[in-house]
Amino acid sequence: MTDTGPPRLGPNGRPVRHFVMPGSLGGRLRVWRFIIYRRLVQVGLLVLFFGTAHWGWNVFGRPLLQGNLSASEVLGIIPMADPFAVLQITLGGVVLNPEVWLGAAIVLGAYGLIGGRTWCAWVCPINMVTDGAAWLRRRLGVSDIFHVSRNLRYSVLVLSLVLSVLMGVAAFEWISPIAILHRELLYGIGMGWVAVLGILLFDLLVLRHGWCGHLCPLGAFYALVGRVALVRVAFDTPTCTHCGDCARVCPEPQVLNLRQASEAGMIASGECTNCGRCITVCPEDTLAFALRPRIDAPAGGTNHRQVHT
Amino acid sequence: MSSTRREFLIKSAQGVALAATGGLVWAYLLKQQANAAAFAIRPPGARVADDFNTKCIKCGQCVRACPFDTLKLAHTGDAVPIGTPYFVPRDIPCYMCEDIPCMNACPTGALDPGLADIADARMGQAVIDIENCLSWQGLRCEICHRECPLTDKAITVEHNPRRISKHAMFVPLVHSDACTGCGICEKACPTDEAAIRVVQPELVRGRIGEHYRLGWKNDAGITEDFDPGRPEAAPPAAPTGLDYLNEGGL
Repeated sequence: MTDTGPPRLGPNGRPVRHFVMPGSLGGRLRVWRFIIYRRLVQVGLLVLFFGTAHWGWNVFGRPLLQGNLSASEVLGIIPMADPFAVLQITLGGVVLNPEVWLGAAIVLGAYGLIGGRTWCAWVCPINMVTDGAAWLRRRLGVSDIFHVSRNLRYSVLVLSLVLSVLMGVAAFEWISPIAILHRELLYGIGMGWVAVLGILLFDLLVLRHGWCGHLCPLGAFYALVGRVALVRVAFDTPTCTHCGDCARVCPEPQVLNLRQASEAGMIASGECTNCGRCITVCPEDTLAFALRPRIDAPAGGTNHRQVHT
Repeated sequence: MSSTRREFLIKSAQGVALAATGGLVWAYLLKQQANAAAFAIRPPGARVADDFNTKCIKCGQCVRACPFDTLKLAHTGDAVPIGTPYFVPRDIPCYMCEDIPCMNACPTGALDPGLADIADARMGQAVIDIENCLSWQGLRCEICHRECPLTDKAITVEHNPRRISKHAMFVPLVHSDACTGCGICEKACPTDEAAIRVVQPELVRGRIGEHYRLGWKNDAGITEDFDPGRPEAAPPAAPTGLDYLNEGGL
């Protein structure tokens, strides 16, 4: 923005204000708070898995968090399993134990409540790699080689299910860089770093948000799961000046369709990862996490959002 | 109108071609991975290769449940399908825990919870390289026999008299009906390279064929019938030429 001329006015009649990174450390930490929380959760889960596996962490003699992100057990009682992996294995043509079905149902239920792709932003270890690639890409000013549709991931999702039926093995689970990275972080590094490096280079040099935003079938699966989720980014229409800072920072900018957001009072797309970056960069505090039942859709997109706190 | 239809058809064909190409490459990768299992010795209770490959969710809970650190999770790039459990008997064999913790840790049933007795496990099959086995060369070794958890069942020592002026040999023999494939023998073998090794049974096990009748093993006597339960077939017409040898005439 140049200083010449009158200030551009937003649809709410107020001048458009752009996000300015605060100079103080406290201010920066506040802007980065969701990134910090997410890294704490991501690394914390890894440490819990690692500590249980290698240092025998337990509570009352029960192993704390055994297994990995494909299938695990909390305190030796509560099973958890990757519902997408279980779906592929079942399509592969075998009957699994009830335990793993229960585990998949628990995980599916949890992400159905807090937002499917919350998994992507808050748990998935590859997210740290792709966020790193996106950060490097911004720093280095790399431009895309080509553009592909973000709906490609749904094709990959269908393909992985079809291949599971045809090949009799869990098609995506067998080549999943997510599973590879997480397994190798827990059980020792093999050649899996090649797959991780491949994703880093692809995201950095070929396509912006290429893996998570365009290809990953697990993300597509959780996007479908997350359509009904209760935890949402609420959108306060009247305060929005349409400056676009949220869309610039969002890894899935298509979810920030402001007209739809005004109508629903929130970001309703299942593809939103609940990463919270838009919330902290908005100069007007238009966006905030809220529970779906507490978000009243403003009629015609003109009323104030009412978030009961 | 026709141009949009043409465009639609071209776009569709492109999409199908992309999916087919991706699918073929992906399927090839999967096939290669699944076939990488040939030399992997699986944990006790592991189902047959195809079922195991499908069911294993690669969580590593069996690996962590093993008190002897026997099991490993295949790294990317190993000659074992990515992320599946296996062990190398020469490094750490399976010590055959009675409660089979690895099997009980498996959430999916890739390790069949129906395995009640560890002695019924069939992880592999021990085979002896008699050209490099000390006992088969005439020394007194028999370490594998003594170390075997199923001594005198899975491995027996046979007394093998030799010609005059040479001493007798006491040679170990593996019995596939009892061998669990735990690999303790392979671990214990004192030769530089183990002369007794655990491999997957299908790599070494032959099959006689049902048409052979071992009369000396059959107390019921030699039957001319291939299958005694079947009604007697009409006697064949007079055999012609040399073929009468094959017709059971003798």
